[in-house]
Amino acid sequence: MVSHAQTHRLESGGLIDRSAPLNFRFDGKTFAGFQGDTLASALIANGVKLVGRSFKYHRPRGILTSGSEEPNALVELRTGARREPNTKATTAELYDGLEAASQNCWPSLRHDLMAVNQLFSPIFVAGFYYKTFMWPAKFWEAIYEPAIRRAAGLGRAAGVADPDHYDKAWAHCDVLIAGSGPAGLAAALAAGRSGARVILCEEDFALGGRLLADGGMIDGMPAAEWTSRTLAELATLPDVRIMNRTTLFGVYDGGTYGAIERVNDHLPSPPEHQVRQRLWRIVAKRCVVAAGAIERPIVFAGNDTPGVMMASAMRTYVARYAATPAKRIALFTNNEDGWRTVETALGAGLQIAAVVDARLDVSAAHRALAAKAGFPVLNGSVAGVEGGKDGVRKISISLTGGARAEVEADGLAVSGGWNPAVGLTSYHRGRPKWQDDISAFVPDGAPPGMVAAGAANGAFGLGACLSQGFAAGAAAAQSPGHNGSAGTPPVADDETFSLTRLWHVAGKGKAFVDYQHDVTASDIELAQREGFESVEHLKRYTTLGMATDQGKTSNVAGLAILAAVSGKSIPETGTTIYRPPYVPVAIGAFAGHHRDEDFHATRLTPSHHWAAEQGAVFVDTGLWKRAQWYPRAGEKDWLESVTREVKAVRSGVGFCDVSTLGKIDVHGPDAGAFLDRVYINTFSNLAVGKARYGLMLREDGMVYDDGTTSRLAEDHYFLTTTTAKAGPVMQHLEFCRQVLFPQLDVQLTSVSDQWAQFSIAGPKTRDLLREIVDPAEDLLNEAFPFMGAREVALRGGIKARLFRISFSGEMAFEISVPARYGDALVRNLMLAGKQFGVTPYGTEALGVMRIEKGHVAGPELNGTTTAADLGHGKMMSTKKDFIGCVMAGREALAAADRQVVVGIKPTDKKRRLRSGAHVIPKGEIPGSASSQGYVTSVCFSPTLDQWIGLALVERGRERIGEIVHAHDPLRGEDYDVELCNPVFYDPDGGRQRG
Amino acid sequence: MRIVCPFCGERELGEFSYLGDAKPVRPAAGAPEDDVFDYVYLRDNIAGAMSEHWYHAGGCRAWLKITRNTLTHEISSVEPAAGAGAAEVGA
Repeated sequence: MVSHAQTHRLESGGLIDRSAPLNFRFDGKTFAGFQGDTLASALIANGVKLVGRSFKYHRPRGILTSGSEEPNALVELRTGARREPNTKATTAELYDGLEAASQNCWPSLRHDLMAVNQLFSPIFVAGFYYKTFMWPAKFWEAIYEPAIRRAAGLGRAAGVADPDHYDKAWAHCDVLIAGSGPAGLAAALAAGRSGARVILCEEDFALGGRLLADGGMIDGMPAAEWTSRTLAELATLPDVRIMNRTTLFGVYDGGTYGAIERVNDHLPSPPEHQVRQRLWRIVAKRCVVAAGAIERPIVFAGNDTPGVMMASAMRTYVARYAATPAKRIALFTNNEDGWRTVETALGAGLQIAAVVDARLDVSAAHRALAAKAGFPVLNGSVAGVEGGKDGVRKISISLTGGARAEVEADGLAVSGGWNPAVGLTSYHRGRPKWQDDISAFVPDGAPPGMVAAGAANGAFGLGACLSQGFAAGAAAAQSPGHNGSAGTPPVADDETFSLTRLWHVAGKGKAFVDYQHDVTASDIELAQREGFESVEHLKRYTTLGMATDQGKTSNVAGLAILAAVSGKSIPETGTTIYRPPYVPVAIGAFAGHHRDEDFHATRLTPSHHWAAEQGAVFVDTGLWKRAQWYPRAGEKDWLESVTREVKAVRSGVGFCDVSTLGKIDVHGPDAGAFLDRVYINTFSNLAVGKARYGLMLREDGMVYDDGTTSRLAEDHYFLTTTTAKAGPVMQHLEFCRQVLFPQLDVQLTSVSDQWAQFSIAGPKTRDLLREIVDPAEDLLNEAFPFMGAREVALRGGIKARLFRISFSGEMAFEISVPARYGDALVRNLMLAGKQFGVTPYGTEALGVMRIEKGHVAGPELNGTTTAADLGHGKMMSTKKDFIGCVMAGREALAAADRQVVVGIKPTDKKRRLRSGAHVIPKGEIPGSASSQGYVTSVCFSPTLDQWIGLALVERGRERIGEIVHAHDPLRGEDYDVELCNPVFYDPDGGRQRG
Repeated sequence: MRIVCPFCGERELGEFSYLGDAKPVRPAAGAPEDDVFDYVYLRDNIAGAMSEHWYHAGGCRAWLKITRNTLTHEISSVEPAAGAGAAEVGA
């Protein structure tokens, strides 16, 4: 039987399933546990005390807590690609085959060489990095930072892609409840009975919160029975959803909450087609925070020795997991609640070595219990712990009055009182307020719609938890209008509350405040002496509360010590700002399915599948995949393919999918007037059946976008945008229509996805079109001149639109058909065009031909150019108001020495050009002062058999023929180029009109 | 953050895109350059209730005028732009 190996497992009891034994490995050793264990409880059941090494000093550390506030027991969970660093052993659910390894130790956990850091601890004080690694400055990147990164840090990331999937989901409810303890369950009962839609999130896999370990009597029955009855009733309510393994980690505006559901973290790997975790965004009208409270440590020398544990955690391990962290336990408490651990331990047959109680007024009942069980009750505080990596051996006590005592024990339970979990209620900059009678911060300034109840609200008694939770649940249900009867609230007695404030026991030896970041009480005192008195400064200077646990066990003690040394009260000292997430959330969960090829949506053109069959090489343009070129067998590189495609178009006929252009239908009697306002040129006078090139500006006078717009009917224009600006232009035009010019009777419809559009170009374009278009359609110049645009019928009867526009400079048409016919059209073009040698071309050839033709595109429409810079100054109407017209007239935008588009050719015909090179006047020293512009677009022109380009150059158009210097410091190239007419090919435009 | 679109109902922030201050009014044709300059460039940096233009890009494509408190993100009013949705033509 595996259970025999579990030396620290009680014979009976606990909420573990002894019929389901599990094997697991920690640091290579095999252990056994049970279903219902956490990794921490299973390690405890096997007598393992040392689980990790601390961050800075590499001190041996054990398990401090039993929940998500754990600062010490962080492990690397799983192996290979699924290795998760900094996983809390206290929340990791045990499964068969679990593998975990300790962190931050070398060569092993028991013999960690980095523990020599402790010898240098006088220099590893607060602000150590700031003080030590100041100079020489150049050492930082090369020496200090890599060395620090190696020495510090905790677990190691997997280093390879995560094989699992993560999901994101939305949920909506009336009442959202955080926590399934007595307050949370009571709130769910009240809200659910009232008829509200309820979601309850519980981060544990088991429901019940502190009831699981502390029990008690509710409605006259044991807590476990009440819990199961309550859960049974909640299951019958129609709209109550209980989500265990789900932590509510953040609060966002408008009642939106973030929750992380660990769907399959309790299994070795997610079952097929299931996700590991799911990130929930929950929209709730009201939220009840019943997240409980966190027991706080007392700071004393040696308080980080393995075997020193929070009192509540100690009894959780005993009662819930039947695992005994120690056989002979000492308790150090300053409050009544700590004594529960004594009762639980005695009930489980464990020995109590002593109770060290800081209070003078220990109750007669407790004294009687001590007398009966035979242990001393000492008034005073723990001043030191003797022990090491094998755990606690001896505890030294300074008694009130000055005497000292020693007690032998193998475990020390500590209780310094309880801090309500004020994270969620403080995430909208709410500052928790100090409540003197319980010596703790309680929620204040919670986000709208949120209320805390029970221990999270500072009401620690079981009766108070139930009544507050129930009242909060009923009220939360009523505000969204659910007025059903909440029924009778559950009742229980409150425990006695008694606490003497004690934060820090002065003494020799390191006394830790923040275990995870190795911040000691003396670090805080030092920081205060050095002037870091503000709690926010203290946090950053000492790194108190900045570790993965965000100081859940350390923040309040830290600021109490700061308050004491600076002579202020705790409320005067205040808290730091609380920020989500409440627990670490994997970036994978935030990304969800948006990774790798699903990082963003992919848009495919209507001819995509056909192009893929042809072996096209695709390029990402925004979300689109566009065919870049179509390689053929035997072609050695892209340049050879592109050159062939260009030559085929210029000498015969080719086609290119241009469906990615933005397309907008503009309808209405004022459509022309509207376009006049948004373009620099006039469209109201465009004849029906004609297309016109248009340029639009931003209101600041710079060019925004360009494209052709066709008038298909008196009140119907069809506007195209660039691929990149399709969305933004639609948004801009809607702004113009709805906000700026609402008096115009015009409507806009985005039809980008409705039309498949192809450019067909080359001298044989008409020959090819005649094979496609109904023979009755006249495509000759007379009936269909350059810049003509109208609907035609295709053979077979499909209606298409033909636009006689040319980006390539060749005789060309753009044809558009409803998108669903795009694939058929492209296949027909290939079939019908075979006799003419039709050649599909991609975006590279498209780009080559537009540069040869001197057309501007993205590199020239770069947001800093005016219409005149692009050579379109004359298009700008002076007779009408349009977007950008006034600002475009500003002095600097009309200056004579602006950089304008000009062509460039290398003086050495064999030279390759590259965009980005600076244009420097001949004979001047290259530099930012002498730069007169830069090369924007280049290509190898098959037509001219040399590299050509476009550039933005000061007074460029006046300097045609001038030889200038191209200086490319990035690539270390220098060469001469000639400024020339940007229209390299067919400058008088005869071919496109032909 | 959640915005109640007058046409679509309450929707999540991700459906909307933000433009900015809704107070400046585009000067009429022929206005002096200084007025247009102010319209294009000058903005108040408001800590408190601010009137803003938002676009329901992931929904009905209406431009909305939203009053939002820049300190708390509380939205106190949402109005469609004059030419949005069923707004009357020529009004």
